[in-house]
Amino acid sequence: MIVTKQDDGPVADTPNGLSEPESGEYNLRLYVAGQTPKSLAAIANLKKLCESNLAGRYTIDVVDLLVTPQLAAGDQIVALPTLVRHLPPPLKRVIGDLSNTERVLVGLDIRPKTASPT
Amino acid sequence: MAAKRTKVDAAASSTRLAPLSKTPTGIKGLDALTLGGLPTGRPTLLCGAAGCGKTLFAMTFLVNGINKFGEPGVLMSFEERARDLETNVASLGYDVAELVERKQLVIDHVYIERAEIEESGEYDLEGLFVRLGHAIDSIGAKRVVLDTIEALFSGLDDTAILRSELRRLFAWLKDKGVTAIITGERGDGQLTRYGIEEYVSDCVILLDNRVEDQVTTRRLRVVKYRGSSHGTNEYPFLIDEHGISVLPITSAELGHRISHESVPTGVPGLDDMLGIRGYFRGSSILISGLAGTGKSTFASAFVNAACERGERCLFFAFEESPDQIVRNMASVGLKLDQHIDSGLLDFQAARPSLYGFEMHLARMNRDIEEFAPQVIVVDPISAFRGPSSEIHSTLIRLADICKSKGITALFTSLSSSGEQMSESERSVSSLMDTWISLKDTEANGERNRVLYLLKSRGMNHSKQLREYQLTNHGIHMVDAYVGPDGVLTGTARIAQEAREREAGLSRKQATERRRREVARKRAALDRQIAELRAALETEEAEMATLIEQEEARELAHGSERSEMAAIRGVRS
Repeated sequence: MIVTKQDDGPVADTPNGLSEPESGEYNLRLYVAGQTPKSLAAIANLKKLCESNLAGRYTIDVVDLLVTPQLAAGDQIVALPTLVRHLPPPLKRVIGDLSNTERVLVGLDIRPKTASPT
Repeated sequence: MAAKRTKVDAAASSTRLAPLSKTPTGIKGLDALTLGGLPTGRPTLLCGAAGCGKTLFAMTFLVNGINKFGEPGVLMSFEERARDLETNVASLGYDVAELVERKQLVIDHVYIERAEIEESGEYDLEGLFVRLGHAIDSIGAKRVVLDTIEALFSGLDDTAILRSELRRLFAWLKDKGVTAIITGERGDGQLTRYGIEEYVSDCVILLDNRVEDQVTTRRLRVVKYRGSSHGTNEYPFLIDEHGISVLPITSAELGHRISHESVPTGVPGLDDMLGIRGYFRGSSILISGLAGTGKSTFASAFVNAACERGERCLFFAFEESPDQIVRNMASVGLKLDQHIDSGLLDFQAARPSLYGFEMHLARMNRDIEEFAPQVIVVDPISAFRGPSSEIHSTLIRLADICKSKGITALFTSLSSSGEQMSESERSVSSLMDTWISLKDTEANGERNRVLYLLKSRGMNHSKQLREYQLTNHGIHMVDAYVGPDGVLTGTARIAQEAREREAGLSRKQATERRRREVARKRAALDRQIAELRAALETEEAEMATLIEQEEARELAHGSERSEMAAIRGVRS
């Protein structure tokens, strides 16, 4: 589940990648600090959400800042847990334990897109 | 009360009753008024409106910590990017990039954009803790600045979480043992916009930037300082190319050590008028007078004399540029340029309207500290316009600063025409130890300059009005002629002196004549005596001849008679 991928930031050279991401892949990174209830809830919520909405089109990268605190500054992490969408651009952040699925989908720009094909 | 609180604090933390240890900021003045600096290991809130210098203040705290006290620091900036910060503080002469390079400083820019963030469910600010903790641990930082943490409130929605997390953050900073400055924007009716002073309550410093009469003055106040006494007033502070300096206003005690030494005035005639042949060292001198009476010249003569003795002088010019003063004084034989070249004399020129009084004072204080002069001149104090209470407090503090450092301070003041004292004069008159009043007297179609000593504390002094002339060899004191109609000066004096010379001459001639007459009389009498004596001698000679003839006749007569008797006897 924990993919250690080090592409730092999105490759923001496709301007219409925003509107046509269906072929694109969701590159998500979840920052947590240790195995706190909030962290575990966030990981579980994210997995569930991705499976049901982005099956096969996503990678999740979980970063434990207690292990690698130097990564916090790079993605401007303040609140934890934070979910960062690196791809597709633009950069999006969702903070919290991701318990409100609706807001996560809005935050990741998934909701409008999944709404239109139906 | 503060002391009591310390005890409670100390007892609660079950440590010994050690005094609160302090971390010096290295900002001149601030450490003095907080009696040592900010509380070590505790957060301090630094608040003020926009443009007060919060960031510069905090940055100075860090840079001084590194450069002066060997304490690495972390700056967590919520507003400015590291690059911008580096550029901004470069104006104070801080090379931040180099400090970062040397691993003495970490600058972390925390960027929060509300548009990019969606909140879903519960969260905390552990990320901030992790970043800060990492930054602190990576260089062993002792000092931390959070500038301006309230930016979080505009980036995140859940203020309840924010508040509890901030409370946790400040407690965590204390546990970390770092001395922190948290800056905050001034809010309506409270110290900060979001009321974070509730959480950071060990030490609160308020910065202020007020505009009065189009003049801006920066002020600083220590609102609270748990466990320590501190200066409670508002103190002016200064931000310029020399960094930040705070001016602690008057130690308020009149306990300065005084000197009995006299300092020559630079005008020989004036020295004679003062009982100790000069001013007291460390005293305050006011020279007041109308326009063109030579106030600056007297000041320059004093400076010139001091420099010739090898003393350091600082000249605060508020009306003329240094070059102009040097040129003008050269015309009266005072060569100030050579003293500038030798480094004994320094000019600080500024328009009075450039800053408020406080700023001027702060600037002068800093200049005095840096140059360490024995003599300062402020020319003129009347250039300060404003309410007399402010002028008074400004000058009283300046005089105090000088006295506490043993600096002889000479102030000039332009009097308005007439006998009235100007506002600035009236307000400072009681501060001055020696007051020389320069006057113009107008008579016989000319103006002449006279001076008198209005007062001179602690010494006997001349009470006479004295005329003086500004010659190309300096100031020349003339004995004023006091005639039946008052003091005569200028040509009137010269005419009077001529008349006196004339009268003196004729008196002398009369005496001479009389002397000759006496001699003649004596000669005549001598002659008569000689004649009489001669007559007497003649008479005496005649008498002697007569006596001799008589005696001879007597003798002859006697012998004739005996001859006759003998003849008769024979015949009988």
